[in-house]
Amino acid sequence: MLRTRYETVFIITPVLSEEQAMDVVKKFKDLLEEQGAKITHQENWGMRKLAYPIQKKSTGFYFLVEFDATPDSILPFETEFRRDERVIRFLTTKMDKHHIAYAESGRDRAKKRADAPAAPAAEVSVEKA
Amino acid sequence: MANNKNVRYLNPIAIDTKSERYCRFRKKGFKYIDYKDGDFLLMLVNEQGKIMPRRLTGTSLKYQRRVGQAIKKARHIALLPYVADQLH
Repeated sequence: MLRTRYETVFIITPVLSEEQAMDVVKKFKDLLEEQGAKITHQENWGMRKLAYPIQKKSTGFYFLVEFDATPDSILPFETEFRRDERVIRFLTTKMDKHHIAYAESGRDRAKKRADAPAAPAAEVSVEKA
Repeated sequence: MANNKNVRYLNPIAIDTKSERYCRFRKKGFKYIDYKDGDFLLMLVNEQGKIMPRRLTGTSLKYQRRVGQAIKKARHIALLPYVADQLH
């Protein structure tokens, strides 16, 4: 089956501690692997303020996962989201080629930004020595 | 009655020159409008959190639809409010 690329953002209730939230994330990633999906990218946005209260809570633990999967593996994945009450909101989107290009360019920029500051700092310390 | 020769205005009346509105998405060559980018979408939304109409922003129909979809997705994952009193 041809694999298409999807991107899911989901919000975990803030009541849980950090590692409990990471367990939820791990559970869904393992579920994806069982379905035969390949996770290409993941981002942990951490605790963020919600624009409006969801289930009487004003903050949430955001997590983004980008994966290649066959279309028929999405339904069980989403029913699992609906069943798990620790996840208060989720959104899965199919990624078209512009979206993929945008995501990948975003990552290159982030990586470039990550390496860039390292270089000047090194020079500064050399002079001091 | 002052004839109109010596009627001078304090400052030249600003006849609103019709500034040529353009679709900034087409001009900058946007390929994709990201629904996760909250700050960017905030520019396309008015104080009450409503989507700005095309006649104000001048965006083309093709990109206005994408902006609409992106803002609705952002609202779903609580990056943007559905309704707000003073947003900016």
